[in-house]
Formats: sequence, structure tokens, C-alpha cells
Amino acid sequence: MENNKLIQRISNFLESLLLIDIFKGIILTSKYMLFKKSVTINYPYEKSMVSYRFKGEHALRRYENGEERCIACKLCEAICPAQAITISAEKRNDGSRRTLTYDIDMSKCIYCGLCEEACPVDAIVETPNVEFSTETREELYYTKEKLLSNGERWENYLKQKMQELAVYK
Amino acid sequence: MLLYLSNIIQEFIAFLFSLVGLTAEYVPFVSMFVKAVIIILVIMMCVAYLTWWERKIHGLVARRKGPNVVGPLGLLQPIFDGVKLLLKEMIFPANSNKFIFLLAPVITFLVALLGWVIIPVEQGVVFANLNVGVLYLMAISSLAVYGIIMAGWASNSQYSFLGSIRSASQMISYEIAMGVVIVCVVLLTGSLNLTNIVLAQQDMWYIIKLFPMAILFFIIIVAETNRHPFDLPEAESDIVSGYHTEYSGFIFALFFLAEYANMILMSSFFTILFLGGWLPLFDIAPFNLIPSFFWFVLKVIICLTLMIQLRSILPRYRYDQLMRLGWRVFIPVSLLFFVFLAVILRLIDYIPSSY
Repeated sequence: MENNKLIQRISNFLESLLLIDIFKGIILTSKYMLFKKSVTINYPYEKSMVSYRFKGEHALRRYENGEERCIACKLCEAICPAQAITISAEKRNDGSRRTLTYDIDMSKCIYCGLCEEACPVDAIVETPNVEFSTETREELYYTKEKLLSNGERWENYLKQKMQELAVYK
Repeated sequence: MLLYLSNIIQEFIAFLFSLVGLTAEYVPFVSMFVKAVIIILVIMMCVAYLTWWERKIHGLVARRKGPNVVGPLGLLQPIFDGVKLLLKEMIFPANSNKFIFLLAPVITFLVALLGWVIIPVEQGVVFANLNVGVLYLMAISSLAVYGIIMAGWASNSQYSFLGSIRSASQMISYEIAMGVVIVCVVLLTGSLNLTNIVLAQQDMWYIIKLFPMAILFFIIIVAETNRHPFDLPEAESDIVSGYHTEYSGFIFALFFLAEYANMILMSSFFTILFLGGWLPLFDIAPFNLIPSFFWFVLKVIICLTLMIQLRSILPRYRYDQLMRLGWRVFIPVSLLFFVFLAVILRLIDYIPSSY
């Protein structure tokens, strides 16, 4: 037992004297430098695969006939943990119930996706878009028009997404 | 090759003088001045591209790419960084001593450049072929402490002050061991002239003859230049960024340039003392056809790359560990080796090669 400790101490001493760990590190990093290819993606030019479940910028969808899906049930407003969503509703002349305004404060949003889960008509959804940084805070207060235009922009993707995720609903 | 270039510069200036009609007695002075400006510019470019090289190496070690967007291979990155630093606002702390606050980076920068006066990059290509070159270099490298102390004191901030105190004590303690290691080299050479030291290595580089001392010296120069793993003076985790915490804009750039210029200076010092300066690897056909200047540059680059690699593989020392390493390991080990070497040389009646 004593003997083992002595050997351990001697080997530790030799290791630190001969800088063995440091040389190992230099050799390893040299191998990485010279022979291994980098795994980086050139981000703005190439992008990695994004899952359908990714929660990014919000969008409001429409039916195929152009009617808004949202029925102003305010479930998303109720469930939103950050209280980022504000909705006001009106009754249209044809008797249907639609939103008058649908505002999301993107600076409050925590991208939890609960609004998407809560929505009974798949109106509010989240696109995989993360590149919506702005120069002023005001531009992050999304209005209904902005969200609808997002929906138009991402409609093809969103349709696919809904199909893929339908199994789990 | 460089000798030829410097001759051309001198001839050109003499030609200009004759054109204007001035007497030729000021030609050496003016050509000296022109060469000095050229050397400073070259060093600045080297420093700029050293930062690029460092980021590239760190990237490659971590299997990233490093800077690659600005210009081909990111080669314009250091220039843009420099422009950014120049355009930034200089902030002076309210209670700082403005004069010393400004003087400190200037001194640090100046001292980092002064060392280059005696570095021979090729046979005969040296600004001043001092016979006490080694002493001069040691003196200059200790002077760098003043700039750092002044910076820490003038900023009137605890972080800066702690950083500068750390830096000063670190540099002073490692300088002792550095001196002893250099004396080992001088024992073999019998000369303090850097050119002679290189020429003495023609049969065998000192890294083979004095291997343990070469390793020791390398570690010491890493400590001297406050680089990882000995960068306690600017340890982000405990004292923000040490003596240049309060510096911004151009005056920070001066500190930054000084640090990297010091790195290159110390690497070339190591190259001269142990790697045979501009001497080729072997004195046979394919090797000695390459101009000796390129050998020098190649060796310096290898040194720098090692220094940078150390930064990416090692964690930072604790301050007491750093001091223990300096005082209780390096100084005794180098002294013992020095005595051992002296005894051996006496026993074999060694005659230093400069005699």
C-alpha cells in the first residue's frame, strides 16, 4: 500500500517534470489542426436542417378560400405564459366571429409554442424563421397584418408541417 | 537578400540627396530613419496578421473555421479590426491621472518596438549589432513592466491595479530564471552578441545541446509576455481584463499591439538563442538554397504557433501556483543546470566558440 503511493508520487512527479500532459495536448491539437476537417456550417450562406417542431417567428394562417382561420376564441391569449398576445374581437355582418386586432409582442414571447398547441383551428402557428431581428423595439410589436403576411409567406411550409405533425395531435 | 534590399534603400536615398543637391554626410542618418520606419510598419503588419493567425489556429483546434468572411480566408479581418478600434471612442475614467493614463500605453508600445533594434534576421541584417545584445534585450523586456504599472495606477481602478501588480511581480520573478537560462547559452557561446550566438550554433542548435533549458526558456517567454496559461494579469474570470480594463479605442489598441509585438519579439529571441536563428535545418542542398531570412521567419512562426496552441489547450494557473512555479521550480532548476553545465564545461576544457 505504502509502496503503491510512493510509485504514484514518483510517476506524478515525472509526469509534471517531463510535461507529458502538455505534449499530449499539443500532439492532439496538432492532429486536429492538420488532419480533421472543420465541422462548421457557413451560417449565412448555408443553413442546417431545422425540425418541423422548431418554434420561431409566428404566423397567422388563412383557409384556402382566403378566409382567416382565427375565430378569436382567445385560447392563445389565455394560455400565453408571457402574456404576449392581445386580441380584440368583433362580430362580422355575416354573423361570423373574427379578430379585430391580433397583436403579439415578440419581445415578450418566450417561444414556448403553447399558443400553437391551444389553437383549435390551427390559425396561429410558428414558422422556423429566426432571422427577424429589428433595429427598434417597436418593430417587434407584431400586428395582425404582419402575422397574416407571415402566414402567406410560409403557407407551403406550414401546410407540410401540419401534415407531418397531425399524427401527434 | 535583405542586406541587398537595405543597400538599395541607402543608394536610393543617396541618389535623392544628390538630386536635391544636399551634402552626402546625412545619408546614413536619413537612410537609418527610413529603415526604422519600414521596420516598424513591417512589425505592425506582422502583429496584425498574428491576431488573424491566432484566431485561425484556435478555430482549427476546435474544428471551427476561424475568420473566413472578410476577404479571402478572412485576410482583411485584422485591418477591419484595426479600423474599428481606431474609430471607437476613447474613454478616460473621471478620477484617473490623464497624463500617466495616456503615457502608459505609449511606453508599453515603445518598449515592445525597442527590442527589435538588435534582432538579427539574417547575417548582417540588424539595426544595431550590439555586443551586449542579450543584456539590452533583458533590460528592455523588464522596462515593459513600467508601462503596465503606470496603466494600473493611473486608471484608478481596483481591477487595473491588481492586474498591474500581478503582472509586475510575475515578470520580475520569471526574469530571474530567464537570466540564468540565458547565461547557460552565453557559457557555450562566450559572447553576448546575438549574431555571434547564432553563428555559434552552426554545427548544432542549442535546442539539442541545452534541451531542458530550451523548454524552460519557452515556458518563461510565455510567462514574460503574459500569455496563456500565465495570463493572470488579464484574467477575465477574476479581474475583468487586468491593467487595460479602463482602456478603450486607440489607446487599448496600443496595448494590444504591444502584447503581440512582444510575443513576436520573444519568439525571435527564442529562435536566436535556441533554434539557430537564420541557419537552415541542415547545411545541405535543398535546405541552404532557401534564403536564410525565410528560415528565420519559419522558426518564429513555429514558435508563435506553439504559443498560441498552448493557449487553446491549457487552463489558467492560479496565482500562487504561478509564483510557486517561478520561484520554487524554475529558479532552482535553472541554477542547478547552470552549475552542472559549468562543471561539465570545466571538466572537458570547453572553449567558447567566440574565442
